[in-house]
Formats: sequence, structure tokens, C-alpha cells
Amino acid sequence: MSDTSFVRTEMLPPKPAPVSQVGVVKWMRENLFSGPLNTALTVFGLLVTAWLVQAGAPWLIHGVWNANSLTECRTIIAERWGPEATGACWAIIRVRWNQFLFGFYPVEEYWRLFLTFAGLFLALAPVLFDALPRKLIWGTLLYPLVAFWLLWGGPVWGPVGVLVGFALMGLAFTRLAPKLGVPVAAGAGLILAAVVWLYAVGPFESAMQSVLPLALPEVVSDKFGGFLLALVIGVTAIVVSLPLGILLALGRQSDMVMVKALSVGMIEFIRGVPLITLLFTASLLLQYFLPPGTTFDLILRVVILVTLFAAAYIAEVIRGGLAALPRGQYEAADALGLDYWQAQRLIIMPQALKISIPGIVSSFIGLFKDTTLVTFVGLFDPLKGISGVVRSDMAWKGTYWEPYIFVAVIFFLFNFSMSRYSMYLERKLKRDHR
Amino acid sequence: MALASDPPKDGFRLSMLIYDTRFRSITIQIVVLLLFLAGLVWLLHNAYVNLEAKGKDFDFHFLWTRAGYDLAQTLIPYSNDDTHFRALIEGLLNTLLVSVLGCILATVLGTVIGVLRLSHNWLVARIMTVYVETFRNIPLLLWILLMGTILAETRPVPKDFRVTEAMKAAGEEPKASMWLFDSIAVTNRGTNVPAPVFDNSLGVVDIGWNLPVSLNALAVIAVMAASFWGWRRFMARAKAVQETTGRRPVTWWPSLLILFAPIIALLYALGFHLDYPKITKFDFTGGFQMLHSFTALLIALTLYTAAFIAEIVRAGIQAISKGQSEAAYALGLRPGRTMSLVILPQALRVIVPPLISQFLNLTKNSSLAIAVSYMDLRGTLGGITLNQTGRELECMLLMMLIYLTISLTISSLMNIYNKSIKLKER
Repeated sequence: MSDTSFVRTEMLPPKPAPVSQVGVVKWMRENLFSGPLNTALTVFGLLVTAWLVQAGAPWLIHGVWNANSLTECRTIIAERWGPEATGACWAIIRVRWNQFLFGFYPVEEYWRLFLTFAGLFLALAPVLFDALPRKLIWGTLLYPLVAFWLLWGGPVWGPVGVLVGFALMGLAFTRLAPKLGVPVAAGAGLILAAVVWLYAVGPFESAMQSVLPLALPEVVSDKFGGFLLALVIGVTAIVVSLPLGILLALGRQSDMVMVKALSVGMIEFIRGVPLITLLFTASLLLQYFLPPGTTFDLILRVVILVTLFAAAYIAEVIRGGLAALPRGQYEAADALGLDYWQAQRLIIMPQALKISIPGIVSSFIGLFKDTTLVTFVGLFDPLKGISGVVRSDMAWKGTYWEPYIFVAVIFFLFNFSMSRYSMYLERKLKRDHR
Repeated sequence: MALASDPPKDGFRLSMLIYDTRFRSITIQIVVLLLFLAGLVWLLHNAYVNLEAKGKDFDFHFLWTRAGYDLAQTLIPYSNDDTHFRALIEGLLNTLLVSVLGCILATVLGTVIGVLRLSHNWLVARIMTVYVETFRNIPLLLWILLMGTILAETRPVPKDFRVTEAMKAAGEEPKASMWLFDSIAVTNRGTNVPAPVFDNSLGVVDIGWNLPVSLNALAVIAVMAASFWGWRRFMARAKAVQETTGRRPVTWWPSLLILFAPIIALLYALGFHLDYPKITKFDFTGGFQMLHSFTALLIALTLYTAAFIAEIVRAGIQAISKGQSEAAYALGLRPGRTMSLVILPQALRVIVPPLISQFLNLTKNSSLAIAVSYMDLRGTLGGITLNQTGRELECMLLMMLIYLTISLTISSLMNIYNKSIKLKER
């Protein structure tokens, strides 16, 4: 009977999947056209994209980089693309590049800015990437004073005197802390440093200057502008506001009624008013509250208030992080016999800060964006101040989009990279294995 | 139980204030208090000396003197003969107007964007991501300036909307046209929108302090509230009937009737119609003109805040685990009820606190009105009044106090809400 039936002895090759189930078609069916609503949304999205492209693309493509005035730009565009064509006049950026970046900083001193900027990366590297040798952190700590001296100029002995004050503060703190506890030692160190700064730095500077004159030409704050100003305010405020925010957050959680009340009062006051009123306070009111005759650099005043503003927000973010820690962590630290500051440093803060990273970084981004508001107290921020100056030139009257787009792109690059770095950090520090 | 080391019993020594942990915190607090008070006294003393030197004093009587400046757009009547205080109130109302409208619009837009960002539609999700990243990473000031520029520089002048007889004869189109069936015209001067008009108006009544209240508006609000209350009663009755007899009465057409019939009847009786803006020789007449300063600020605040709200909404939805909706389906709940009974109550607990803080941010950011010269609180009290009277200290302190009051009021309301929805544990 074996010859009556047919038995297949080998497997048939599998048939290819239907066209609708593989490749681009399948992907489009699943992701773009999976239902009436989705199809409508896709069509709508395509329409919006197409409209944006047809509105913006010719203008961008027709852009002119080499010209000396807006009229020249328009002539070139009309010659190249016909009389009806519109186009971007990027020449304004090329011609006024230095002003957008550095404000009115003297051209022959630009090397100082480049040096400061390069130094910023060297100083940031050991903080951002822990693969680097730890010794580099000393350079980071030294950097602010070097940057200050490079940017503003003047005799080098002033910053050196300030550095001596910091060194004395550190020395006093490390000597006194084991005996007197952290707050008392910190207070004593601060008082010592303040005395040095107020009474010793001035004589020290003039004495050393007469012995060994070593000075850079001074640049006054009015000359600062553009992204230089945004970076000076932004970076300083970011660096100072984080430790200040941590202290405020700890103060808010403190058992000491006075400390807690002061911290809460300060945080709530600063968070309750718009930054712009604080900036006006810096420019209008601070003169009332300082001893008569005190002159105080406007950038410094603005930096102080922006820092306080950011610190209040960061304090709230960190408070959230502290609240998210289970009580057991505090109890375990107590059980190990750690004192308050050891517990904070070794157990609580590393975890609380890790939880608060996204919030802290978005505060930083907000702070960097807010540096544009200094335009309202008469400083030349890149967005309104410098653009206004550039536009008041007859040659560039009537250019609106180009400066805005340029400034927007630069801000976007800074802030976007900050947020991506925070995501990287979150992933790196993630300890739960899910 | 004996402690390992009993506290020392011998008498109190002064050094214990620093060395003994039992007293140290009190010492620190007293020192902090003293430093704080010393700092405060120092600041106040400086202020006193400085004011003295400039021949100024510290009082708020200037608020009741004549302001002498005009405001372009106000919610309650104002003339330059009114007091600075009245100007302050106008500014405050303008701040609140743009903030409240901005919060509502930003919430709607933000929710839509946040939901679409989670959509399975690849294209739409990408577009929304680009939107959110663009608006979050670029300063608000730029958006405000940009909106102001777009409205003031790229819109046509009013006479471009005009159609003359000659153009009609030649069959030419005007250079610019109105939107939405010839009801809205956006010119470089402002946005002209239709205004509501009542032919048989009930009139206005002055409730004192030159505050006219339109009786028409009051009547409309009263009727709408009454209809809503009636509808609630009707629905409760329907539910009661359903629970006793097991059969639900028809509700859809009585609902529509109760909700809309009275208000339509009222509007008809009052002779309600819309007054459309019309182009005359040089400018639009009729209707209502919104200034570009207001529109630009509102649009910029809305678009900017919506990006943040979208992220909050997305986080809130993602925070609810899939098991919740699956469990609800397993219990036999339909999708609508799953949303309203299971998902939303949990998601709102995550969404509402940061949402309120975005509302606060928007209110505070509205002070950037200065960039487009919108006359908000900072423009009146902190701007013209301050410059005219030269009373920086009083004006700035008052302005901070007002902003602080708004913020603290909203955040204390939020705290009450948070307490009420907090997970009850242990």
C-alpha cells in the first residue's frame, strides 16, 4: 500500500509574510494609520509639517552670509532668487558676531575670554566625569578666582588676598570642627575670613602691588554683554546656588525653631515674588539698604539676587528628595553612631541629591533662561539688549528674525545638553536593577 | 537601664554652651537670632540714613494722589484723574486677567499635547516632543518678544482690509482678509473681535467707587447658575428613580432643555447679538479691539507653560501602572468609567501639585509684560507710578507684597487640597 499515498519527505520553505505584515508597510500601518483617528492625526501632522517647511525652508535656503547691511542682503537675494524671494540675512550675525558673544568687551583683551572659557571646561571636567584623577578638583576650586581676575582684570593681588581668606577659613574649619561641631566651626571660619576680606585684602593688595606689580587692564562691568554676560551670571549662580540650596533645605528640615523659621521665611518669600522684582530690587533698592556711599557693581548685585532666587527653588527640589528617603535611612545612620553632619554627608545627601537630579537640572535650565531678564535693569543680555543695540544701527534696521533665531539656537544647545547630561547622570547613578 | 556614660552631674559651666550637645543647639539658635536681628537693624538703619540724606520719607500717602497717566486697556473704568491706588488695582486686575486666561488655555493645550506625546502615532508623538523641547529650552522672554514682533510687524495695516468700489469694479481682492466668516481682523494695531450687544439692555448699576456692574451679565450668570442647579436636581431625581424602580428615565432631552432653553430665552428677550468689526476709511469700527501687548503676552505665556504642563500630564499618566486599568476592565467597568473612577483620581494626585506650581510660575512670569508694555501690576505700580513719584522703596515693597499674597494664597489652597487627597497610610 505504500505506493498509494504521497508522503512529503522534506519541509517546504516558509512563504514570505504578506506585504502588509513586514517592513515599511507594516511599520506605517502600526504607527501611522492604525485607525481612523490615528490616520486623521497623521494627516494633520503631515499638513502642519508641510506648512512649516514651505513657510520656512525657502527663507532659510535663501539666507545670505556675506553682506554689510540689510539693503545689501535684500539686493543679493533679489538678484539670486528673483525679486519676490524672501531670505534670511545671516550677515547680521557674522558682522556683529563679537557683540553677540562678548558685548562691548575690548577687542584686544579677547584672549582673556578665550582663556576663561577654556579654563571653564578644564574646571568642569573633574566635576562632570569621575573617571578623571581626583587631584584635578583643586584646580576647579581655584578656578573662580582665576576667572574673576581674567574677566575683570586689575591687580592679581586682590584675588590672591581673597584666596588667602578662603584658605584661612578652611584651616580654621578643619581645626575647630572636631572640637566644636560643624556649625560653630563654620561660623568661626566665616567670621575669620570676613575679617580678612574686609580689613586685610585692601592693604595687602596695595602693598604687594607696589612690591611686585602684576596686573591686567581693568574692564568695567558696563563692557560685559551678550552670551559672555549670560554665562558669567548663569555659571556663577549655578555654582553658588547648589550648596546654598542644600543648606536652605537642611535648614527647613532642622529641629532648631529659629533656623527653620528663617529658612522657611526666606524660601517662601523668594519663591513668592517674580524674579523681575528681585532684579529691580538689585538695581533700585539695594542702594537704600547699604551704608551711604557704598558703590556696588551691578553685575555682582544681579548675580547675588539670581543666586538667592535659584537657591530657594533648589532648596525645595532637595526637600522633595529628602522627603522621598525612607525614615529607615535616618535611623540606620543614627544607629551607626554618625553625628548629624556625617549622616548628611555619607548617607542622606548622596541619596537625596540623586533623587533630585532632574529637578535640580531643570532649575539650572530655568536659571540660565532667566539670565535674559537682566536686560530690564540695563545690562546687555544677548536676547534684548544686544539685539536692540544691533538693530538700532541704520544698516540693520528691520531685522527681527535672525537675531532671535540665533539667540534661540544657542540657548537651546546649552539647555538641551544640560538636560541630556542629567539623563546620563540619572542612568549612571541608578542603583535598582529593573 | 543605666546609660553607658551618665550625663555629667556637676554644675553648669559656661563652656558647656558650646561643648555640650544638649545646650549647643540653643546657643546656635540664640546666636542666629542675634545675628539676624543685628542684620535687620543694620539694614533698617542704613535705609533710614539713606532716606534722610535724600530728603525722602517712607509713607504710602502718594497712593491717594492723582495718577495723571492714561492706561490703554483696563477692566474697570479709569481716567488719568484717578488715584495711583486705582491705577494699582487696574494693573493688578490686568495681571490677574492674563494669568487666569493663560492658566486655562495652557492647561487645555498642555493636556492635549501631553496625551498626544504618549500617542502610538509615531509622527504626532515626534512633533509633540519637538514642541515640548523647543519651548522648554528657549527663554520665555524670546517667545514674548517674538509674538509681539509677529503681531506688530507682520500683520497688515487696517486699510489693507478695505474693499473700495473701484476694486470691486476691477474684481480685485483686498490685500488682507478677515478670519472666521469676517468676524476677526488681526491688524498691526490690534485684534478686532465681535463684541456682545444687548438691544433691550437692563442697564448698568454703579455699586460705588465707580464700579459699574452690567445687569445683563448678572442676569445671564444668574440664569445659567439656576439652570445648572436645576439640572443637578433633575439628574439626582433620575438616579433616585433608577435606584428604586430599576429603570432609568430618559434624561438626554430634558437635560438639554433645562440647561439651554432658559439662557436662550433670556438672550432673546434681551435682544442679544454680536457687533462685528467693520472696516471704515482708516481703521476698524465696532466690535472690540484687543491690544497686541495683551495678545502677544497671552499667546507666549500659554505656549511656553503648555510645554511644561504637557510634561506633567505625561508623567501623571505614565505613573499609573497598566495593572490599574486592566483590573478595572476585569471588574467589568467600561472605558469611560475606568477613566473617571480609576485612572483620573490616581493620576490627578500626581498631576495637580506640579500643575498648580506651573500656574504660580505663569502668574509670576506675567510680570515679563514689561517686554511688550502690557500694563500689568509691574507696569502701573512698579513702572509709571514708581517713576512719577520717585518712591522706589514703597512701590517695590508693595508690589512684592501683592505678588507674595497671590502666591501664598494659591499655595496654601494647594496644601489643603494635597492634604485632602493624600494617600491615607498606617
